[in-house]
Amino acid sequence: MPEANRLVLEVKDLKKHFPIKKGLLRRTAGYVYAVDGVSLSIRAGQTLALVGESGCGKSTVGRTVLRLTEPTAGEIRINGTDITHLNKAELRPYRRQMQIIFQDPFSSLDPRMSAGEIVGEPLRVHGVGNARERRARVADIFKRVGLRAEHVDNYPHQFSGGQRQRIGIARALALEPNLIIGDEPVSALDVSIQAQILNLVMDLQDEFGLTYLFISHNLAVVEHVSHHIAVMYLGRIVEYTDKRTLFTAPLHPYTESLLAAVPVPDPSIRRKKIVLQGDVPSPVKPPPGCHFHTRCPYAFDRCKVEDPKLREVRPGQLVACHSR
Amino acid sequence: MAAIETIEAGPRRESRLATFRFYARRYPLGAAGAAIAAIFVLMAIFAPWITQVDPTATNPRISLAFPSSEHPLGADFLGRDMWSRIVYGARISLAVGLGSTGLGALFGVTIGLTSGYFGGWYDLIVQRVMDMMQSLPLLVMALVMTAALGPSLENTIIAISIPLIPTVARVIRSNTLMLREMPFIEAARAVGMNELSIALRHVLPNTLAPLIVLATAQLGSTILVEAALSFLGLGVPEPHPSWGRMLSESAAEYVRVAPWLVIFPGAAISLAVFGTNLLGDALRDILDPRQRD
Repeated sequence: MPEANRLVLEVKDLKKHFPIKKGLLRRTAGYVYAVDGVSLSIRAGQTLALVGESGCGKSTVGRTVLRLTEPTAGEIRINGTDITHLNKAELRPYRRQMQIIFQDPFSSLDPRMSAGEIVGEPLRVHGVGNARERRARVADIFKRVGLRAEHVDNYPHQFSGGQRQRIGIARALALEPNLIIGDEPVSALDVSIQAQILNLVMDLQDEFGLTYLFISHNLAVVEHVSHHIAVMYLGRIVEYTDKRTLFTAPLHPYTESLLAAVPVPDPSIRRKKIVLQGDVPSPVKPPPGCHFHTRCPYAFDRCKVEDPKLREVRPGQLVACHSR
Repeated sequence: MAAIETIEAGPRRESRLATFRFYARRYPLGAAGAAIAAIFVLMAIFAPWITQVDPTATNPRISLAFPSSEHPLGADFLGRDMWSRIVYGARISLAVGLGSTGLGALFGVTIGLTSGYFGGWYDLIVQRVMDMMQSLPLLVMALVMTAALGPSLENTIIAISIPLIPTVARVIRSNTLMLREMPFIEAARAVGMNELSIALRHVLPNTLAPLIVLATAQLGSTILVEAALSFLGLGVPEPHPSWGRMLSESAAEYVRVAPWLVIFPGAAISLAVFGTNLLGDALRDILDPRQRD
């Protein structure tokens, strides 16, 4: 397969059900259906954004792909290799190919390690080079993410939020991975800093040919960085398409309502308002049939009993809805 | 680039002396504590050079002697030189304090870290054992231990260290429980670090600050427990000069006729406890990088 079309990440029917333990004997009283059958794939050098409300399972998808939590069912392929059932030792070499950038630039850096130690740790763990070579490599990464090399000995608390996020990005880059999962990497930052970090993330993508799974609840951010977008609702993907189509011609009623909620800076523009009624149902007891039918303005009888499959409604646009 | 701000440099690593001076100026009380502790340590190490008088030699002619140029702190009932006994007593107190705190911290940290980090049934069982150990007060527990092991310096150290284990284990465990959910632990996992390295490199150093405070506070109380045990005849046996026994023996009988026999060992104990507490407070601040700028 040509390099540009190579699939870096393939996820098939991924499920993650967290057991709810109750009582003294820790019996399993039920499950949180955090991720309930998610399939997605990302080609080399592309960014797939995973969007949805908080609690829809998007972060769990990211963590499960990295095997930071064990999948309940499904299949995860990194660069063609199935890593779903690898044990820790077998998984280690694949960890070099996939890394994560965290949301919170404060709690994601060990306060007792210097910035240089934090960025150099992945290299040390994987036995890359000797101490001097690693130091040189860390200084090099520092420059690439816009930090000054002389700050390697400073501690995280001596940096600002934006700089700390750069350290987190530098750590993720250290092992030269193909795939980087960004778990809301800018949502804890000030808006002015967000733009800088997003531009950095995109520059690095061009420079290193990185592939991103970008998890976010902010559609404006997603519009800036992504090539494709998958919309999640209650553990399932409801719509998947390229960025332009999603913003101009969304098909799923949930996507429509999300887009209607994006604030527009121009007050003369009038848009169709779709305000969803009620709350997101609990992932412990997801509604039968289509998960969205309880809040969907177009729901009809079939939606309450039959779970709609994700199917290609228009070329390149996949939607899980009976009325489309 | 605009994104780069200048960062105030912390203390530079020019020399150890300069670093020490930097901290001494910032934490004058800590420096005082360090000075007190250093005096006692030096006293313990150089005891034979500081005083030529044998601390165990008796002399009936100077029984209960008032402080004089020959015997600067007076002499006890058996005519043993008090100055010499206090100087040599620093060895006992230091051995008991450091030995039992170190031993207690070693086991406490190991138990607390493993139990907090790995959790599950192991944690449940270990914590119930710790509950049982903690249901007895430090002194009572130490009493039972020395009574069982018999009086000697080593046994005193062991006896005092055992009740410290659950205290340390609890503090470390509760810290570990909080730390293991932190994203930087997840980052280490994403890199492929094994669990033991994560526990040692990321969790343990972050529990250091409360451990140091706890250990220095306990250092003082171990000296007090040793004194109490010696008072009850179960601590460090005669003829070793123990501050605690010196204080308790004299307090019972000679406080009216020879108050210096009570004042000097009492002052030594108080000063040692006070000094280690001051030092511990400063160390906690210094060892936490967040406090450094």
